[in-house]
Parts: sequence; structure tokens; C-alpha cells
Amino acid sequence: MIGHGRVLHAGLATGPVIQLDEPLSFWGGFDPVTGTIIDRAHPQVGASLVGCIVAMPGSRGSSATPGALGEALRLGTGPAGLLVTKPDINLVAGAMVAATLYNSSCPVILVDEETRRQIRSGSELTISIDGRLT
Amino acid sequence: MITLSQDEERWLSGAAGRAMQLAMRLMLSAAEATNATEFVPIEFAHINSSFYSGEISLAFVDFLLAEGGHLAVPTHTNASLISCTTPELRPLDRTPAEVAGAERLMQRYEELGCTPMWSCAPYLQPEGRPSLGQHVIGSESNAVSFFNSVLGARTNKYGDFLDVCGAMIGRVPHSGLHTDEGRLARHVFRVDEAVINAYSARSDTLAHVLGIILGSRSGALVPVIDGLPAATEDELKAIAAAGASSGAVELFHIVGITPEAPTLADALGGRTPAFETLVDLSLVNSTLASLSTTTEGDVSAVCLGTPHFSIAEFIDLLSCLDGRSVSDQTVLFVTTSRAVLTELELRRLTGPLLAAGIQIVLDTCTYYTPKPSGLGELVMTNSAKWAYYAPGILGVDVVFGGLSDCVEAAVSGHVR
Repeated sequence: MIGHGRVLHAGLATGPVIQLDEPLSFWGGFDPVTGTIIDRAHPQVGASLVGCIVAMPGSRGSSATPGALGEALRLGTGPAGLLVTKPDINLVAGAMVAATLYNSSCPVILVDEETRRQIRSGSELTISIDGRLT
Repeated sequence: MITLSQDEERWLSGAAGRAMQLAMRLMLSAAEATNATEFVPIEFAHINSSFYSGEISLAFVDFLLAEGGHLAVPTHTNASLISCTTPELRPLDRTPAEVAGAERLMQRYEELGCTPMWSCAPYLQPEGRPSLGQHVIGSESNAVSFFNSVLGARTNKYGDFLDVCGAMIGRVPHSGLHTDEGRLARHVFRVDEAVINAYSARSDTLAHVLGIILGSRSGALVPVIDGLPAATEDELKAIAAAGASSGAVELFHIVGITPEAPTLADALGGRTPAFETLVDLSLVNSTLASLSTTTEGDVSAVCLGTPHFSIAEFIDLLSCLDGRSVSDQTVLFVTTSRAVLTELELRRLTGPLLAAGIQIVLDTCTYYTPKPSGLGELVMTNSAKWAYYAPGILGVDVVFGGLSDCVEAAVSGHVR
């Protein structure tokens, strides 16, 4: 086991990890149609988040973040799961509404900074329903 | 851990329908994520979920209507993607899915029981203007900051879905800017006297620039401005809008002006600030210059009213025009709300405005309205928010200036 996080929105997920160095605005900084980061000022611009476990400091900016994340989950271009180091209710809102409307799964897990740093980009990670990371 | 009331238990159980259950589950998750130990009741909500951002926007409200969702408090709508009175600004054939989706979304939120305000400046009308200490739900960034800072009401910035879910249960987690502690300033911005002297005749421009400075330098800490001798309500509106564009300012204080800052010590809660920034003339001048992408040329359009123009601003506009009309080469758009237009009509001010060639646009804003609809290559604006966003969204050149500079550009057709 790599660690244990606090469940902000429960779900199951397995996928390759992508580490984001900066917070991301899902509205304007991310294209829900392709599932890629389009914010030109973001260090991971161009990266695809489709099916990934995204480890990020949090989301940024716009109140349209929940809609943009939810739209990606509807289209199947969203992340498999999210690991955040700050509680982010906008990501929870997008994941929970998409789960209710489309039965999509995208757990949102709060982890400490040390746990986040232990997880390597590209490695396979599984999130369990109670927030265990293996 | 929150102890739930009988109502809250019932909503959570699903006995009141799946829509109320989703609303309660989401707000409970928000409470747990922010470590709130109780909910607080709200007076009203001003929602942004009614702004079309894809099929999920429609699917969500359809779900609420089909599954027994209803609003617990008066709920007002933010500006929309489209204008019902000026549809030519966003022609259907350019982006049919978006235009049709936005139209349908506006109808559906009215069916849910929202008041069709379609304005980013709800505080310009009595029902959207909370009083000191009242808890509300804000979503649009400038309105969140105006509610908190200028009126002393209390709200966090609620994103899509959260705003409507809070309005359905009529309460929000007691956390963040809803708490006394969360509202204390931590970062002091001291305005140099030389700035006040240099900008004494251009205080409207200074307000926008101060907002941009707050936004780009405050981070997540609440800022307080010290050294500003006076500000009109429209100038406070400008600071709120600019600070929420260049950054994420949801609350600011101004010593001697805003309600929670009679003194600097009051704003800081008697503590030492974490940061201090001197706002000197060189910072103000360089920030002002950064809001324009060019300095001269033929002006294809002038855009005013971001956020929506107030009655006082329309009166200033007429006084700057002084009987002159907009040049044939230029369009002057002013975005405002249906309520402000009604008030203009009552005061018999629409006649002179239309006679001067001004285009009044309702329900929407021009900084995200597509270029093909007539904004052209070089646009002048008096709004730092417009100047901050439009070059990226619309690909136009922008010259930022005060209201009188904008009027001169509209009348002459160029800026230099």
C-alpha cells in the first residue's frame, strides 16, 4: 500500500498516474472533448488526462470547473480519479453530479503532500472505495 | 461531523426525491471537505449553473425537474451565453448546439422557479442586494466579491451545481467567508499619496487598476487597501470585478470605506498582516499599461458594462456624450440588465441613449461574444475585466481607458 487518503467523493479507479505541478482550471484550461490540458501557461500543457489518476494541488479559478469536469466524464474523456492536497469542493461537485447522471466513477481523494510526492508519474495506481491507494 | 436536522435526514434518505437527495449529498460532502460543523441558512442565491457549458448543463437541470427538485430560497440567474433581445450577437448558424442549448437552459431554469435576472450585477436591483451580515449564495466572481466586500454579506464562490444544490436546501456549510475568522484581512496594500494625486481626475481608471493589482498579488489571502480617500459604488464594483479576473479575490476591505473596515486594525482583527505591498505610481502606471494590447488606431467597437452598467454609469455616459453621437465607423455596446433598462425607461433616458447610436445589450456580456458578430479588430473598453479576458477569448486588440476616453473614441472613431 502506498498510502491512505480522505475520501471526498467515493469511487473505484485504476490507471496510470499523471502528476500536475500546478493547479488546473478545468474550465478554459482543459478541453473536455479531447481530455487534454490546453492552458498554455500550465507546465503539463498538451498532456492527456483520459483514464489517468491525476495527482494535483487542486483546481483553480472559474466557477465553471464542476461543469467542465462533469462534461468530460459524460464524454468518457475525464480522469479515472483525482488526488488533491487541498479539499476541493468544485471537483467533488463535478464528479458527484456526473456519477448521478451518467453512472461515471471518478473518486476524489484528499492526500497529504508527502503521499502525493511518493507517487510517480506513469506508475499504475488503484484507488479503493475507502481511499486506500495501492 | 454535522448533526442533521429532520429535513436534512429526509432529503438525504431520498424520501423527498432523487434531486433533493443529490443536493443534500453534495452539500454534505462540501461541509465535510471544508471541516464545517454546521449549516447556515441563506437569504437568496445568484446562480451560474444557468450558463450553458455543455450538454451536462441541460442534463443536470432536466434531472432536477424530473426528480422533484425545488428551490427553497429566491434564486436569481447570472448573465447567459446568449442575449434574448440581441440574438444577432451570437448567430445560431455559427454555433448551433451552444445557442440552442443556452436558449433551452434559460427556459428550464425559469421552469425550476428562478427569477430571470440574467445579470452579472444582481446587486443593482433590490431583490439581489443582501444586507450586512446576511448569508447568500454567490457564483459569478464579481458578484461574490461585491456581496462580501461592498455590502458585507457573506458567501463563498459556489461553482456549477453547488449553487443550485445550496438554493434547493436553503443552506450552506458554515465555512470560509461565512465565518468571522475567514473574513479577516492578511495582506495590506498601502496606496501611495502620489498615486491619489496623479489619478485624482481619473479615479474610475484607478479603481480598475487597483483591482488588477489586488488580484495578481493577493493569492488566497484576504486583502485590505489603506490610503484610498473615497470610492463610488461603481468604483467598488470595478475593484471587485478586476480583482476576481486577474486573481481569485472573493473579499477585499478598504479602510474607512467598506463596512467591515472602519479601521485597519478592524480589518486585520487586531493582528499583524502576513504581507504588505506598497502601491506606488510606477506599479499603477505599469499595471494600467498592461491592460492595453495597443495604444492607437481606428476603433471598431467600444464595449461598456462589464459588469452590467448601473443607472449612475448611464447618466455619466450621457454627460460625457454631451449631445454627440457615436461615429458611423464604430459600434458602442453597453451591456446591462433587464431591471436597469426598465429603470432607464422610467426615467426617460433610453430615448437619448438610442438617439446617440448606443446599442444596449441585455442578458449577456460582450467579452465572450464571438467576433463575427461585429466586434472587429480594435476594441476600446473602460472595464479591466473586459480588457483582461477579451484578447484571449476573442482575439481582438484592446485599448483600456476611462469612460470619457471611451466616449471620445466612440464619437471620433479612433484612439491615439
